[in-house]
Amino acid sequence: MENLLSIVTFLPLIAAGILALFLRGEDEAAQRAAKWLALAATSATFLISIAIYTQFDPSDTGFQMVEEYDWLAGLKYKMGVDGISVLFVLLTTFLMPLVIAASWNVTDRVKEYMIAFLVLETLMIAVFCALDLILFYVVFEAGLIPMFLIVGIWGGKDRIYAAFKFFLYTLLGSVLMLVAMIAMYVDAGTTDIPTLLAHEFSSSTLSIFGWQIVGGAQTLMFLAFFASFAVKMPMWPFHTWLPDAHVQAPTAGSVVLAAILLKMGGYGFLRFSLPMFPVGAELLSGFVLWLSVIAIVYTSLVALMQEDMKKLIAYSSVAHMGFVTMGIFAFNQQGLDGAIFQMISHGFISGALFLSVGVIYDRMHTRDIDAYGGLVVRMPVYAMIFMLFTMANVGLPGTSGFVGEFLTLVGIFQTNTWVAFFATSGVILSAGYALWLYRRVVFGDMIKESLKAITDMTAREKWIFAPLVVMTILLGVYPALVLDLIGPSVAQLVHDLEPVLEAARGSSAVAATH
Amino acid sequence: MIATDLNTILPEVVLAIYAMAALMWGVYRGKDAEAPMLFWLTAMMLAGLGTWIGLEPEGTKTAFNDAFINDGFARFSKVMILFSAAIILLMSQEYLKRNKLLQFEFPILVALSVVGMMMMVSAGDLMALYMGLELQSLALYVIAAFRRDSARSTEAGLKYFVLGALSSGLLLYGASLIYGFAGTTSFGGITDAIGQGDMSLGMLIGLVFLLTGLAFKVSAVPFHMWTPDVYEGSPTPVTAFFATAPKVAAMGLFARVMFDAFGGAIADWSQIIALLSVLSMFLGAIAAIGQNNIKRLMAYSSISHMGFALMGLAAGSEQGVQAMLIYMAIYITMNIGVFAFILNMEKDGQAVTDIASLNLYSRVEPLRAAALMVLLFSLAGIPPMVGFFGKFYVLQAAVDQGLLWLAIGGVIASVIGAFYYLRIVYLMYFGEAREALDGTMPPIHWAALMASAFVMVAGIVNLFGVGTLAGAAAATLLK
Repeated sequence: MENLLSIVTFLPLIAAGILALFLRGEDEAAQRAAKWLALAATSATFLISIAIYTQFDPSDTGFQMVEEYDWLAGLKYKMGVDGISVLFVLLTTFLMPLVIAASWNVTDRVKEYMIAFLVLETLMIAVFCALDLILFYVVFEAGLIPMFLIVGIWGGKDRIYAAFKFFLYTLLGSVLMLVAMIAMYVDAGTTDIPTLLAHEFSSSTLSIFGWQIVGGAQTLMFLAFFASFAVKMPMWPFHTWLPDAHVQAPTAGSVVLAAILLKMGGYGFLRFSLPMFPVGAELLSGFVLWLSVIAIVYTSLVALMQEDMKKLIAYSSVAHMGFVTMGIFAFNQQGLDGAIFQMISHGFISGALFLSVGVIYDRMHTRDIDAYGGLVVRMPVYAMIFMLFTMANVGLPGTSGFVGEFLTLVGIFQTNTWVAFFATSGVILSAGYALWLYRRVVFGDMIKESLKAITDMTAREKWIFAPLVVMTILLGVYPALVLDLIGPSVAQLVHDLEPVLEAARGSSAVAATH
Repeated sequence: MIATDLNTILPEVVLAIYAMAALMWGVYRGKDAEAPMLFWLTAMMLAGLGTWIGLEPEGTKTAFNDAFINDGFARFSKVMILFSAAIILLMSQEYLKRNKLLQFEFPILVALSVVGMMMMVSAGDLMALYMGLELQSLALYVIAAFRRDSARSTEAGLKYFVLGALSSGLLLYGASLIYGFAGTTSFGGITDAIGQGDMSLGMLIGLVFLLTGLAFKVSAVPFHMWTPDVYEGSPTPVTAFFATAPKVAAMGLFARVMFDAFGGAIADWSQIIALLSVLSMFLGAIAAIGQNNIKRLMAYSSISHMGFALMGLAAGSEQGVQAMLIYMAIYITMNIGVFAFILNMEKDGQAVTDIASLNLYSRVEPLRAAALMVLLFSLAGIPPMVGFFGKFYVLQAAVDQGLLWLAIGGVIASVIGAFYYLRIVYLMYFGEAREALDGTMPPIHWAALMASAFVMVAGIVNLFGVGTLAGAAAATLLK
């Protein structure tokens, strides 16, 4: 299995090609064939990706399973994983079969729907495997096309506005990154990510139109990458596209968006911003940390006020991503471990929450919180599952949500106590909005006539949730499953960062005293 | 001596003689009854010459005291011009037949303008430059007004003619100033004159006038005003032609003059071109947002794309010329596909140009809609479509030469521009239901549309080797 990563990456694309070329017609049989083929392809991808897990050697902090071929314009097609990226690949392959299964009720343009998701899967896996700067950019950006179509074609009432906002917002963020990437290419003479990780970009102060830019090229490149990743993540105040996109996207689209696409931002910070521009990162870390805190507190408060279930969960995603950026910019082992853990765990939890909304939306065709109440009477299993994920979202010990939040808070406490103080209040707020949502939807008396005939989850739905339940609890009680895998790579990253950070802090201290 | 000279310009001579012979034959024999045959014959001729030039051995040959240069750069541009002209000609035939415009003069005029274009990219002297340019332009003025009974079309032709004549005047004035100060019209002589010292003021003014005239031909802002009207008013196949071969020729001429004649003064012209480039990119992107007529929209789109191609030129390096050539190759491929689609936007036999008519087109013709979507994303420069790599090359060339502000301007303009391409995708895929278009697609158009969409996706592997070829071509220009 020399080309394991390429096989995993392109298997869904091949399935999409088969669908596009050979499947004709819109009748029942064709729809069923499309669904089964997509499910088979994503499941097969997951099964093969388990081989990545077994072959992966956590003690090796370099890139593994590397493939390299020449591409156009002096670029390379280079794939590989390390401790930081390997879990995101697995997260993607794990979630995609569930996403497809959750789309079983789609009846409109099923073939195109499945093609869009399969293409998206290929692009998402490629983002986490790419070891060439421009290859990364290509797959990172290309993901916009299927997502634009998913929101636009199968979305809700205001889908057009949401699709355009999503596309243009993220595109604007990314093109600045493209210019920075080209500048890196010109400066370092290569687009090979492992080489660039070892390359030291200039950090001597620049003067542009009389403005003194401390940190020089590194600061500028950091900001260019920040523009892209902060929008993707999304960080406050660049998050406004997310609630729109989430609310309008079909359930499966929301799941992919929350569980995987958002993680690309965090992954980008870990892969590029921190190791490549440490001086810029250190200089701007205060700024990023305070943005994260504002995100945690402010979006939690906003979430409290939402009438729409999906919007509430979308805002809660922004808050949780705040913990991730906070952990990343703590620059220590706990913080980074916690950030990655939080991303993985949020992948399961937010995915499950959107699926939970999807379950009742499929029955009632509304996401208004007011339209529900007392679901526990007719849907006990649903109430149980929804409760588990609500608790996980709050960060209850024993669920994976706790580990991530706790580690990031420990990490940040060591570097910035005030940030930790305010961020911790976010934990309380998250309990507030999540539990209140749960109370309004599930508890109380079932007084609404329309709900009287609602049915509990079907076997298909239960099977979709089962793996998510298992993972959420498993990671909650045995986090070493993740931490052992990412630990060495993160330790290496922290080790590499330390001297640079020391030097940067030293020089800014010197500058301050003068 | 004359024999070797003629031998060097043999392809041009062959095409010119063919055009005149065809004209005589058409006049004395069948007139319009012979038109279909002439379309095919001319297209074959163009494609044949393209193959011939493409297979010519490497090396630089000059003729008529360096007034005509046949080098790798010229050959690369000519191959692009000849093949795109051949394809457009074949596509035109169906449309013109349907609209009762099938006249035998059309292919002949196209052939004559192609001779002019071939002269342009090979020009080594201001006189040769002007002759090539005028031959091309005169033929284009006529075909812009090809639909004689339509006020729009004649207006387009007249507008194009008047503004074109003005720009030719400016260009000539610049050329005469340059001649006055350099004492020669030959590009080599001008280079020597500049090389002896600082560029004199008169020479600089001459350069600016020359640039103005050239900017008009590539429709760079602020000399773009004619483009939307001419694109809209001309018959659609003519618009398709305007958007492809003449653009390549004009960009080729632009590069030729700048590097061959003013290669010693790159800093002087680079800033002017950078300004033209950034203005074109932004105006093209912003002005297209409000357009509902797809031909006007494509006009603004072409202005924006010319801005990107000029960015490569503004870099003033070999890499920049390579990037420009790659950009043009990708650009004409995309445009051929898009116009193959536009040629068939019909309802009840009437040509439709309103983009609102594309509402939910994906339900009527899924395959065609998908192909157009690929092309639109490619025009917008969204990866993984090949259009992105065109932009990548020019951005890289610009950043490499320290034009960071231009690169940043370019990418922001491309985001603004993405909006109107997305708007068409949105109409086709999730707009509101409306009476659908019912144009049937002739096999040639279908093949052109699908092939160009396929190239936009499959080109991601290695751009079909165009990158290397363009690199070799650029190397010969900069020597």
